Amino acid sequence: MKTFYKKFSEKFIEGLLMLSGTITSLTVVLIVFFLFKEGLGVFDKKPVEEGYVIALSKSNPLKTLSSEQIKNIYDQKITHWSEIGGKPDSIILFRAEDISNFYSDEEIGENFEGLSTCINRLVDSLPDIIAFFPKKYLAKDFKGHELTVDKVSLKEFFGGKEWFPTAQPSAQLGVLPLILGTLWVSLGAILLALPLGLAAAIFMSEIAKDNVRRIMKPLIELLAGIPSVVYGFFGLVIIVPLIQKTFNLPVGETGLAGSIILGIMALPTIITISEDAMRNTPRAMKEASLALGASKWQTIYKVVIPYSISGISAGAILGIGRAIGETMAVLMVTGNAAVIPHSILEPVRTIPATIAAELGEAPNGGLHYQALFALGCILFLITLFINLAVEFISNRKQHNKH
Amino acid sequence: MELVDENKLAKNKKRNQAIAFWIFRILSYAVVAILFVILSFIIIKGFSVISWDFITKMPEEGMTKGGIFPAIIGTLCLVGGSMLFAFPVGVFAAIYMNEYVKAGIIKKIIKQMTNNLAGIPSIVFGLFGMSLFVNKLGFGDSLLAGSLTLGLLALPVVIRITEEALKSVDNTFRQASLGLGASKWETTRRVVLPIAFPNIITGLILSIGRVSGETAPILFTVAAYFLPKLPTSIFDQAMALPYHLYVISTSGTNIEESRPIAYGTALVLIFIVLIANLLANGLRKYFGKKVKMN
Amino acid sequence: MYNIESKNVDFFYGASQALKNINIAIKPNTVTALIGPSGCGKSTYLRLFNRMNDLIDNTKISGQVLIDGEDIYAKGVNVDSLRKKVGMVFQKPNPFPKTIFENVAYGLRVNGITDKKFIEERVETTIKQVVLWDEVKDKLKKSAFELSGGQQQRLCIARALAIQPSVVLMDEPTSALDPISTAKVEELIYELKTKYTIVIVTHNMQQAGRVSDTTAFFYMGELIEHDTTKTIFTNPKIERTQNYITGRFG
Repeated sequence: MKTFYKKFSEKFIEGLLMLSGTITSLTVVLIVFFLFKEGLGVFDKKPVEEGYVIALSKSNPLKTLSSEQIKNIYDQKITHWSEIGGKPDSIILFRAEDISNFYSDEEIGENFEGLSTCINRLVDSLPDIIAFFPKKYLAKDFKGHELTVDKVSLKEFFGGKEWFPTAQPSAQLGVLPLILGTLWVSLGAILLALPLGLAAAIFMSEIAKDNVRRIMKPLIELLAGIPSVVYGFFGLVIIVPLIQKTFNLPVGETGLAGSIILGIMALPTIITISEDAMRNTPRAMKEASLALGASKWQTIYKVVIPYSISGISAGAILGIGRAIGETMAVLMVTGNAAVIPHSILEPVRTIPATIAAELGEAPNGGLHYQALFALGCILFLITLFINLAVEFISNRKQHNKH
Repeated sequence: MELVDENKLAKNKKRNQAIAFWIFRILSYAVVAILFVILSFIIIKGFSVISWDFITKMPEEGMTKGGIFPAIIGTLCLVGGSMLFAFPVGVFAAIYMNEYVKAGIIKKIIKQMTNNLAGIPSIVFGLFGMSLFVNKLGFGDSLLAGSLTLGLLALPVVIRITEEALKSVDNTFRQASLGLGASKWETTRRVVLPIAFPNIITGLILSIGRVSGETAPILFTVAAYFLPKLPTSIFDQAMALPYHLYVISTSGTNIEESRPIAYGTALVLIFIVLIANLLANGLRKYFGKKVKMN
Repeated sequence: MYNIESKNVDFFYGASQALKNINIAIKPNTVTALIGPSGCGKSTYLRLFNRMNDLIDNTKISGQVLIDGEDIYAKGVNVDSLRKKVGMVFQKPNPFPKTIFENVAYGLRVNGITDKKFIEERVETTIKQVVLWDEVKDKLKKSAFELSGGQQQRLCIARALAIQPSVVLMDEPTSALDPISTAKVEELIYELKTKYTIVIVTHNMQQAGRVSDTTAFFYMGELIEHDTTKTIFTNPKIERTQNYITGRFG
């Protein structure tokens, strides 16, 4: 009886342990599932807000328009039908709220009960009209025709140069500026962090006396422990005004500010990993170099660095990964303009910052919400790729050793 | 060597080394200086703000006056909640990985997945927490949803630290115990865990430091912009220190006037991290000595 | 005229004395074996000759070490030049993460030689010298890690010889090698003697007997006996030496 009980509890505990062991895998799978379920939904939606229609006069031969064309029409960048393959007349823009320019309050009715009739008449009478209005005001005997709008396409999503998910009548979901902004800021960060981080790693592992190293090591750990909002706050009150003054800019919230803060934040990763790699250089290898009359410095750059190069690159790549995924600090200092940046002194917006800034205002399940999840998917894939790259590099290193 | 002027060569080598080493030294000190600038800036600016009232009072007048009490409590709840989840699960997972699973494909997969989880940006955790805990499971914006999200984020850290601690336990201990007829679990619980305990606890403290400062995962799962009361159940929203700092420094009602509050909040956050680090280092030393003496 | 002399050498790691009053004189073009149980100070002693112990913090040396009559611990001695003159081969093969060619060329390059042709010639003659040329001549551009352990060790010897030292220190050079590779390296040591003064630390009595002209027996940081290998192995003057040689302790 006792052995049975013991056996049972052993099995039970093993099961419990196994469950815990698989939970990370389960979480990753769940993350992928939820992220992609919501994110891919974006490609099943039309960029025009649900419950709204865009209609043309019956005589207008156009059947479909892309969301970019619609946007350009309403921004009056396209003013003639001929520009999008129609007749040479100029376009007449109409939104539901413009109705009072055409009809009296009596005709519209106090509670808009005459609105659908008015819109119907208007679309019928103006052959060059493009009308954007809620679907519920679409008359039963509507004399125009509804414009079909293409679903959000991959090309539009990844190639679009404009991110304006709340634009009306047609949302603009081009992630290019966000992707470029992310890479831009991260690249700047790594350019700043790599020389500093490498120098510190070399200093700590090869040059500094043991007691200096013993002091520096926990300090670097501390640097890694500071929360990202604190970095962001520091950037906001010190770096941003500094940049504004130095470069005489209208605003200091720029890609540069983001790069500086992210660079500082990437430092501990780069330092710790490269230092570890360098300290793993076999003592005998360093001694062999010194025994040949090489100076300490020659030994460092001719033996130690080549030996630990995969560890160093792993550190650099992980540093980039950190920078790409970092949210709060960037959100606070980069100014968040969703345009393709032309210099480091302009505001930029990164993918994580976009999610953080907009998710709160995006209605659950809507196009905007899903678009933000799609951004999450992109971010997830980038970081996954980086992780795998690091793994690949470190595996190769082990292979190399013997 | 016949082709080289010995003295000139020696001089060159010496000079190059001196230049290189000085550059590295200066850059390294620059890294340390950056840390000190950030720390001292926040400590100096924040120190005058910190008072008993600041820590124990509700925010007042659109968060430009008063204290940060609910944010402190909120963060404590979140840290506690997330650790309540991450610590047992993480330690169990590590035990499973290190003591139970044999090397092979399953171990590889679990390891890879844990690594992947560790690499996922915190904002993605936020998205996930929102869609699963807040929406799908219907927890709403709540301490429960926030704690679970943060717990998942901390999980890989706890697992990695525990695994390292377990790995450093000499195999002979296990063999001795198993040889005496103890079962696997008995061996783990009575022999391996006690030896690994100091390192595990150190790791736990460090992960507390990390969790307390995370903002992105709680943005959409629990954090309240302004809520001058304490949470009463796990389904309540709560304020949290990092989110509070974000709010009052970027989008508060009056950013200029709430600056002092921001400095104070930043200092409290830094203080938590500092304490966690010091505690972890202290424990490491304390236990290190104790273990050696045994 | 002696190539290496040490006079009243004491050596300390911190407070503990690792070597006590060592006096040895070594003639040019001989092989000297340093033997003794683990921790007796023989490796520490070997590493004094190219000041390798300088790399360890908190060490102290007193007495004199002369190489070609020059005190290498005197003020103003250029350690890099000393190490160029005194080559070293280590316990385990430790080639650099570079090509076979670059491993051998390394010593030349760090000592300021840039003449490509000169380097190529020197690399070739040195690799031939260690009887490795036929095995590697087609893969000079390949990583040194691709060689077998024995080949790697001969490469490391070539690396040490390329800068034409006058003394070669060997710290248990065959302890990580299989018997065949060991035999090759021993053969090589025997041949190299014509050009270099060789000091070799070894755990292997037979090896000491096979390759060395003189043998020094160390025990607990002291030099117990130094004589011709023949004398040490057949007719040692001190009993402790006899006991060690015959395997009664150690």
